[in-house]
Amino acid sequence: MMLRLDNVTKVYKVGAFGGKAFAAVDGVSFDVRQGEVVSLIGESGSGKSTIGRMILGLTSITTGSITVDGVPVKAAKEYYRHVQGVFQDPFSCYNPVFKADRVFRMIKDSYYPEVSGAEWDERVRSTVQDVRLNPGQVLGKYPHQLSGGQLQRLLIARALLLDIKLLVADEITSMLDASTRIDVLNLLAELKERGLGVLYVTHDLSLGNYLAERTVVLRNGTVVEMGLTEKVFGDPLHPYTRKLLAAVPRLNAPWEDAEPTGVCRYHAAGASGPLLEAEAGHFVACARLGDCPR
Amino acid sequence: MSLRVSELRVYYRTLKGDVKALDDVSFTMRDGEILGLAGESGCGKTTLGKSLIRLDGRMRHMGGTVELDGRELPIGDDRRMNEFRFHEVSLIPQYSMSAMNPTRKIGKMVGELLRSRGVTLDRAELESRLDLVELPRTVLGNYPIELSGGMKQRMVMVISTLLNPSLLIADEVTSALDVSTQKAVAKALTGFRDAGFVKSMIFVTHDLALTSRIADTIMVMYAGRLAEKAPAGVMVTAPRHPYTKLLINSLPEVGVRYADKKLAGIAGSPPSLLDPPAGCRFRDRCPLAGDECAQEPPVAEVEPGHFVACWKA
Repeated sequence: MMLRLDNVTKVYKVGAFGGKAFAAVDGVSFDVRQGEVVSLIGESGSGKSTIGRMILGLTSITTGSITVDGVPVKAAKEYYRHVQGVFQDPFSCYNPVFKADRVFRMIKDSYYPEVSGAEWDERVRSTVQDVRLNPGQVLGKYPHQLSGGQLQRLLIARALLLDIKLLVADEITSMLDASTRIDVLNLLAELKERGLGVLYVTHDLSLGNYLAERTVVLRNGTVVEMGLTEKVFGDPLHPYTRKLLAAVPRLNAPWEDAEPTGVCRYHAAGASGPLLEAEAGHFVACARLGDCPR
Repeated sequence: MSLRVSELRVYYRTLKGDVKALDDVSFTMRDGEILGLAGESGCGKTTLGKSLIRLDGRMRHMGGTVELDGRELPIGDDRRMNEFRFHEVSLIPQYSMSAMNPTRKIGKMVGELLRSRGVTLDRAELESRLDLVELPRTVLGNYPIELSGGMKQRMVMVISTLLNPSLLIADEVTSALDVSTQKAVAKALTGFRDAGFVKSMIFVTHDLALTSRIADTIMVMYAGRLAEKAPAGVMVTAPRHPYTKLLINSLPEVGVRYADKKLAGIAGSPPSLLDPPAGCRFRDRCPLAGDECAQEPPVAEVEPGHFVACWKA
């Protein structure tokens, strides 16, 4: 078990003088194993990005614990050697004044000062090839000369230059075009073969379905359903998951018109309860699960 | 024929030269048609939508005509277009969050807006349209900040169509919304067409799956040109242009298992529109490209209503 979240809660103070508390993430527990892509799916405000930021040490944890290989999160250099993140907007991750490959040199300066220049250049070239880019086309260029897909893959290459075990990918394909998006997704799928764990945060159910072995569905800061992707998408048990799936537009099938109330009598009540194991490895937070006709 | 666009060219003036964002685009729209305009970033879809209502300072109308209900739109003349804006052509912008005046209550703002166009507010009509998009009537007494993103988007939709325009341009209206809100907004758009509030609609989006749900016809653009235009059902099941085929094959879907199947993207990137190459602009990325592709392919009608710009289609 590589990444483990145990009953993690994040409470923000809101309102005048911080008088009110708002739980953006409320008692979330799940794990990511080595060589596995887990997708974290939720709508805006569900807390999915907050979870990603807490894992990266960018936001403090209110209660609960997050550990990577047993080591708790800390915003320190040694931690970031193993845990890295890539975010939504590749254009704002680069300094437009400098060439894009400066991000690689910054890694060398802070983590590998002992490596010789020639050897480092060789490492950079091979890693850039690993992310399916042609080093001649992307090295030595300014950010505005590269496409969003190229910039995003360079950021993944930057993470791979470290001794990385876990990659948090927060909406990394949302700003990319359909024709390049799939290449970045395929790249994430290849990373797991190198033994990396990937947490893929997204609002797009079809991308999560394509990529992930396991899926965690969030709603208002709590997990409503999680398990193997084929179970969560193929046989969703929570009314909220069903509602989300019904709203996804499909290329060649009509929109599932009626909200699937016929399937679940308690849909309207939005029945929510403790996270229970409905079948092996498939957890659902539905108070009426026992009454479910399935 | 509601809209007829002929050989439209709109360029962006830059210090390096003209960016040919829209280069010789022609198409027509029937009354009551929803045209889904799809394509990747930089293909000219937003430029096309914008040039039908307002050219911004960098855009220059370089040729071609736009005819709406038999009258030519003076799209190059900002002043004369005022007569058409809101009455005949209307727009729902991408970021409705910033489209409403934050210092006015919504009802008051709508009243002011209509007065500026010399129209008095028909309260009953406004309220019935709010009902249609399932907004409570109390929103008229709210400030925009009190509404959620999906509610704001629907409110702007109601405002944009109050004067029953002939043509409505909806530019990426659902991109910032969650899937469930997206569905409600998309359904409301088709509802407006069915109720006759707008005669025809151009739905600009990068999401082919979504546009296939609400559009009657889909037009795919590539690098400032029309690549393919076909009825929605034909476009997703039997596309003819290699670009459309590859694009549709690169879309993952829910309800499909991808255990061992891998989808593939399209290698390369679109050409620069500062100095686009001669011939077919998709040639460099096209697996079928041959010698004839050095010549620019004409837009040919391969079947009734199905237009393709490809020598190999």
